[in-house]
Amino acid sequence: MDYTIKIGGEAGQGLQTIGGMLGKLFSRSGFHVFTHQDYMSRIRGGHNFYQVRIADFPITSSRSALNILIALNRNTIELHKGELGKDGVIIYDAETIKQKYEEGNFLDVPFRKISLEKSHTLVMENTVAVGAVLGMLGMKTGLAEKLLAETFQKKGQEVIEQNIAALKAGYEHAQKECLNCGFKVPEPAPVPEKLMLIDGVSALALGALLSGLKFYSAYPMTPSTGILLYLAGKAARHGLVVEQAEDEIAAINMAIGASFAGVRAATGTSGGGYALMVEGLSLAGMTETPIVIFFGQRPGPATGFPTRTEQGDLLNACFSSHGEFPRIVFAPGTPEEAVYLTNKAFDLTEKYQVPAFVLFDTYLGDSEWTLPGIDAAKLKYIDYRLKGEALQNTTGYKRHAYTETGVTPLAVPGLSKNLVVTDSDEHDEEGHIVEDAETRVKMVEKRLLKKLPQIAAEIEPPKLYGNHAAEIVLAGWGSTFGVMKACVDNLKDRYNITMMHFSELTPFPLREKFDYVKVLENAKIAICVENNATRQFARLLKMETGFNFTGHINKFDGRPFLLDPFIKEVEERVSALVALSEGV
Amino acid sequence: MAEMKDYEGQSPAWCPGCGNFPLLKTFKQVFLELGIEPHEFMVVSGIGQAGKLPHYTKCNTFNGLHGRTLPVATAIRLANHKLPVIAVAGDGDCYGEGGNHLVHAIRRNVNVKLFVHDNQVYALTKGQASPTTGQGVVTKSQPFGVFPEPLNPIALAISLHCTFVARGFVGDADFLKDLMKEALQYKGFALLDILQPCVTYNKVNTYKWYKERVYRVGPEHDPTDRIAAFKLALEFGDKIPTGVIYKCERPIYEEKFPPIAEKPLVEQEFKFEEALKELQAFY
Repeated sequence: MDYTIKIGGEAGQGLQTIGGMLGKLFSRSGFHVFTHQDYMSRIRGGHNFYQVRIADFPITSSRSALNILIALNRNTIELHKGELGKDGVIIYDAETIKQKYEEGNFLDVPFRKISLEKSHTLVMENTVAVGAVLGMLGMKTGLAEKLLAETFQKKGQEVIEQNIAALKAGYEHAQKECLNCGFKVPEPAPVPEKLMLIDGVSALALGALLSGLKFYSAYPMTPSTGILLYLAGKAARHGLVVEQAEDEIAAINMAIGASFAGVRAATGTSGGGYALMVEGLSLAGMTETPIVIFFGQRPGPATGFPTRTEQGDLLNACFSSHGEFPRIVFAPGTPEEAVYLTNKAFDLTEKYQVPAFVLFDTYLGDSEWTLPGIDAAKLKYIDYRLKGEALQNTTGYKRHAYTETGVTPLAVPGLSKNLVVTDSDEHDEEGHIVEDAETRVKMVEKRLLKKLPQIAAEIEPPKLYGNHAAEIVLAGWGSTFGVMKACVDNLKDRYNITMMHFSELTPFPLREKFDYVKVLENAKIAICVENNATRQFARLLKMETGFNFTGHINKFDGRPFLLDPFIKEVEERVSALVALSEGV
Repeated sequence: MAEMKDYEGQSPAWCPGCGNFPLLKTFKQVFLELGIEPHEFMVVSGIGQAGKLPHYTKCNTFNGLHGRTLPVATAIRLANHKLPVIAVAGDGDCYGEGGNHLVHAIRRNVNVKLFVHDNQVYALTKGQASPTTGQGVVTKSQPFGVFPEPLNPIALAISLHCTFVARGFVGDADFLKDLMKEALQYKGFALLDILQPCVTYNKVNTYKWYKERVYRVGPEHDPTDRIAAFKLALEFGDKIPTGVIYKCERPIYEEKFPPIAEKPLVEQEFKFEEALKELQAFY
């Protein structure tokens, strides 16, 4: 089984309700789910869609052929009917969109009429739609009823019952009327595999929470706003201070202030907001204050496409700054990796007292994946700060004292007689402003040169999916992980093809742990896949290793790679490169 | 018990005769007299001659970026509200570069004490106009004279319902000391604008100029009367009032923020097992 359901309509029509509910239902049934969204920068109107793919095997990307299209307006039919696969069916409500389609692959479901019948309101149209999809797929409604009861628990039994009635009516209508529905969903196991369904943004926020984050300050900006909202929602239960700052400059300075005061702190933004934060980034570098920055990329320049996706800020995250200091840049490829790399970012930022980025994009942020779960044993929490008795027993503390490793114990101010002093100016060991050359050199050695090799040793090499002696290597970073992996799965019977995925980017992975450059050099064809126009990762890799890719696949229309066209593009590129190398 | 020598810091790099010297001396006396020892408070400063103040005394210090003192100070209070936090900035630093932060810090009413060294000029960058430079003053970067209306920090703060708004003058150090103490002891965000001549780059607003104009506000002024305070705030010319111009009572953010109502954030342990429970919502 491998079905794709697309829900299309205007902003505000409830696409996310339907999509979210379907994703959860399939996941709870033990099926694998992948969802992604496409929405405009507006609150009402326009055209948005939510795509849900379900399968009985693990999936990591979205396909382009639709099996079911839920059209909440007429525009959706016009825009997406061409995407229907050969067994595809469009469901819609002829009364709402004021048009009746007679073709066999259209199913008229009276969302509005059923909602009015069951609740005397229009608010249950989405529940009717969910019921209709379950009916078309021939699934049972039990889990959906349970989910409705959970969702509307606070609204009371009457609302729950009305929703269940609406669900069943939609279900029965589809069962009876959908003559062209040839879908076959395998019977879920009596005790389905327990799968977690989580989107990238929630995974980042959860990763922060699981890493001991105590302070988060941010200014809302897509696609990072979800982190702010998630953490604000958890503030009371977990004792977090979550502050919406007046701008991104304040956001990063607040996070730095809180961190200096002794708590784990982070901020989050997108490219435009990050531009305002760069000054603060450098402050964290100079004062050696730990901080995690969630950087959600979206297409620029300037305001660009506010709600769409791009990998256009890799070099921005890796190199933006005035002055030189170490930094860490991670770019998770999946929600699962988002949790673990966020955890690693929090650990390393405090261990080495250098700023750490978790770079993502709208696509990864919004996409939901099923995964077996998060392994608590893999999460690290070591409090590196100097406090309590150890601090009480310290005399003559100097915030920036020279040490063998360049790392000075990070004392919490106000908890002992020791003074904790730092300065954005060049400073001495105590943290006081200086101007002499000798101290300058020693400080650069301490905060930059001594730390760099130690941090580099913490960086994991890229992951290979496939064999080490592949003829074709697809290389990429961050959110392209899923589509590249699925592509390799599709082509591996025909080609000797491997994926190489980088998620730890600064410091750049050393070759000592695993000589990935050799794998690239040994391949006949090495293609770099990026959601940007200027081949940023390929340039970074060349700078760090000297390797030149033989081919590139770049997409910069603000949309993610979808599996089917991506496979086609890889095949075309491979054929062209083979022809070229054979001199045809 | 601390002594004056315990508050001695690095040797100041200010010009001889700088208005910052009496300010620094008063600052140290205030903490000595209030019995707040160097390790018991935090100074957050920015960039400019004022920003160097914490290095010239002894205290916990975050000397951050130009204009960014208040976000840092705010967050330090939110992370540890047992620690008194004083933000020290200049007029360019706080009223220019950091203007947006000033507005929102006052709105938040975090218990931060903001001391602005207001010399009506950019001194560290050698004599350009600041937001409080008078209209018509000619500088190297404003050769036709300053055109914009000067910023009135006192009126701005009152309009934002700032809990404590005062003006001091380094030429009246005893009164300045009282104002600093009152600001530190008042509950809520406090703005103390301190007139402080720049002897090198401000040839207009000199000691003599201030002394001819500055006067102490008498008991006839009721600082809790917002309209009266606003009227007084508009007075800046032939006469310049010093003293507490406005004060009001508002709850402070630290006490109204449920997650830290019981104890400071920095004293709260991370509960990993509790955090792990959040995974359940994704099944």
